[in-house]
Amino acid sequence: MNEAVGEKNAPGAAAREGVAKAQAPQAGTKAAASAERLFTVSSSPHIRDGETVTHIMWQVNLALAPAALFAVYHFGLPALVNMAVGAASAIASEYVWQRAMHQPVTALDGSACITGLLIAMSMSPLLPPWMVAIGSVLAIVVAKQSMGGLGFNIFNPAHIGRAALMVSWPVAMTTWTTLAGTASVDAIATATPLNVLKMQGYDAVVSLFGGQGAMYQAMFLGNRNGSLGETSTLLLLAGGLYLIWRGYVNWFVPAVMLATVAVLTWVFGPAGLFTGDPLFHLMAGGLMLGAFFMATDMVTIPMTRRGQVIFAAGAGALTVLIRLVGGYPEGVCYALLLMNAVTPLIDRFVKPRMFGEGGAAK
Amino acid sequence: MFKLFRGGIHPHDGKELARDAAIETMPAPPLVALPLSQHIGAPCTPTVKVGEMVKRGQRIATSQAFLHADIHASVSGKVKRIENGMIYLENDGLDAWAEGLPFTRDWQAMTPEDLLSAIEAAGIVGMGGATFPTQVKLKPKKPVDVLILNGAECEPYLTADDRLMREEPERVVTGARILAKILGTKRSVIALEENKPEAAEALRRAAGQDLEVLLLRTRYPQGAEKMLIYAVTGREVPLGGLPMDAGAVVQNVGTAAAVADACCHGLPLTERITTVSGDAIRTPKNLRVRLGTSYRDAIDFCGGFSEQPDKVLAGGPMMGRAQESLDVPITKGSSGILALTRRITAHGPELHCIRCGRCVAACPMGLVPSMLSILGERQDVEKARDSYGVMNCIECGCCTYVCPAKRNIVQYIRVTKGAVKALAAKEKAKAAARAAEQEKKAAGGKEAAHA
Repeated sequence: MNEAVGEKNAPGAAAREGVAKAQAPQAGTKAAASAERLFTVSSSPHIRDGETVTHIMWQVNLALAPAALFAVYHFGLPALVNMAVGAASAIASEYVWQRAMHQPVTALDGSACITGLLIAMSMSPLLPPWMVAIGSVLAIVVAKQSMGGLGFNIFNPAHIGRAALMVSWPVAMTTWTTLAGTASVDAIATATPLNVLKMQGYDAVVSLFGGQGAMYQAMFLGNRNGSLGETSTLLLLAGGLYLIWRGYVNWFVPAVMLATVAVLTWVFGPAGLFTGDPLFHLMAGGLMLGAFFMATDMVTIPMTRRGQVIFAAGAGALTVLIRLVGGYPEGVCYALLLMNAVTPLIDRFVKPRMFGEGGAAK
Repeated sequence: MFKLFRGGIHPHDGKELARDAAIETMPAPPLVALPLSQHIGAPCTPTVKVGEMVKRGQRIATSQAFLHADIHASVSGKVKRIENGMIYLENDGLDAWAEGLPFTRDWQAMTPEDLLSAIEAAGIVGMGGATFPTQVKLKPKKPVDVLILNGAECEPYLTADDRLMREEPERVVTGARILAKILGTKRSVIALEENKPEAAEALRRAAGQDLEVLLLRTRYPQGAEKMLIYAVTGREVPLGGLPMDAGAVVQNVGTAAAVADACCHGLPLTERITTVSGDAIRTPKNLRVRLGTSYRDAIDFCGGFSEQPDKVLAGGPMMGRAQESLDVPITKGSSGILALTRRITAHGPELHCIRCGRCVAACPMGLVPSMLSILGERQDVEKARDSYGVMNCIECGCCTYVCPAKRNIVQYIRVTKGAVKALAAKEKAKAAARAAEQEKKAAGGKEAAHA
């Protein structure tokens, strides 16, 4: 609309420059001429900061990059293919949907890329690429666009995509690489640490790695089996800290979620109270990926600080519940989905204290 | 030492454009236009007729209403026409003061009542932009123990208050003392942001033991009344309350200077200091300018435009009003005139809210602006009013400034506020109609009983 006003009076940028130039030599006397064109009128404020949705989203992609690159190094070509397919199919389906619905196309704003990348990164590297593509398309079409697009989705699209695949192809989703022929042949084959924990217990996990210290080291660096992008605690931590440093993530969200998991897994250990191994649980499964990149998805978590703390604590508690008691070895995805579902409720009841609230007007 | 308010933003302040430009007196223009309403409250009615000769400082419009501020001629000359709610004066170039003006008197010998009536006679209003009649603000209905002079000038680009404090601290300090005497406050504070060390130094030299010069952290909106009171005293103005509910009165430093002129020299408000700045102004300046001077004249005095501006603003870029043309007069509340190019004003298209929560973190009032913008879009007026406190918004613009989706949040809120007021008026009318109906029925019943 603002443009329209400008266009009517002086079509095109060339004319605009012309006015400025003609005015320059005798600016004072010619002010009247320039004023014939009306100025833009709008509600204040008249200045904005440079932050945009697109920039935020690509920053998140950037923060995911170290862990993604490590996945390629660790799992080889299938990892690269799956991530490329995941991101490309997410972007493509968003583009097609928005064109079909005659909406402004925002497929390249980075959010679809995050979704596709997260789907690939949260699944086994052995998963056929076409399954990854189906997950991405479901995530974008069902969980995101049919809700109204970015900002309106209740659930994190990546989780919906993953959950859909989980119920559709449970065997493929839980078949892990043998890691033969990959860069790190000494990694633990055929099962993820959490799988071993579920089936054989904690001691079996430790013996698998050949000692507790070796286990911590392998899990911290990422030299273990698991989903594509979840293995390297170090690099996920680096990406997460970058987002915190840049102000895109509130530090207390991952902190509270991780702390909740640590405390609960320590308290409810395998050999009775206070015998658990919190360090193992922090670095196992998709917790690091979930805490830094999914529990911080701004669209699907509460907007207030207090609400975010409740969300993170709830997600941590549910994760532990599923890991220790539930039927699945890993619970981050479902824990976050459940907390996504209660986010509107949290936002309704947890609001910031209004300035001057409580002090009654005398 | 002091607490900072919650929320707020750090916009690029653009003050470097004009902060080193000393106050320059602009000659009175050939024609001034004085609006009859330059204040909050009832508009004035003219006391002069077309063709009449007036002198500078002569009262030319007044009102019977409690809440108003008189209008005085800012030049000497002829009343050319009275239309569109404005009195146009043709300057005769003599610049003759009304009889007896200016004179010198000792304000310390005056009673608070005398001082108040001197302020009322001078037509002084809040000069930071709020334009609330000063004499009314100086008669709080509750006990007040702190006087705060607002020199925060937290709006980007504006430097008029800064220059005033640096160059004429005595006026500010005298005004502060007069205001403190009227209010009988124990504590008097001149508060400014720490980005104005020269002004603080000048004020400290001019002020004695009785006045406190307080530096506050630089953060927008530090100069908003409620945030300022909180930063200085640690007290919160209760929801829906006034500064006096927190035992404070806040006056702009420019207002204090005008109060000093009125009380010491009997001078009505006929001029003010205003910043003419922005990236489209050739030579940004701080002008001492007659009220009623057009934006066009003021901008011409500053060398005109160096390039085509996109917006011309009355006031700062955060809360100022965009003007359609330059045929707008400078009024008592004009803290600045800004001409900004599209480089400054342009931003991307408005998108949907992504719930990032940046606005929630930035809101100094503790509201949920994102929700208010969505409710505004849906026109869910009652929910915005009852569940999200839309009426507590001070329209500072922090939420809109930080929004990555470039949503016009303040605009939605303003529309919602208007709808809330309309709703209240409608409900009131309905209640009145119902009451009238019942009265009629009761009367009818009585009549029936009599019959």
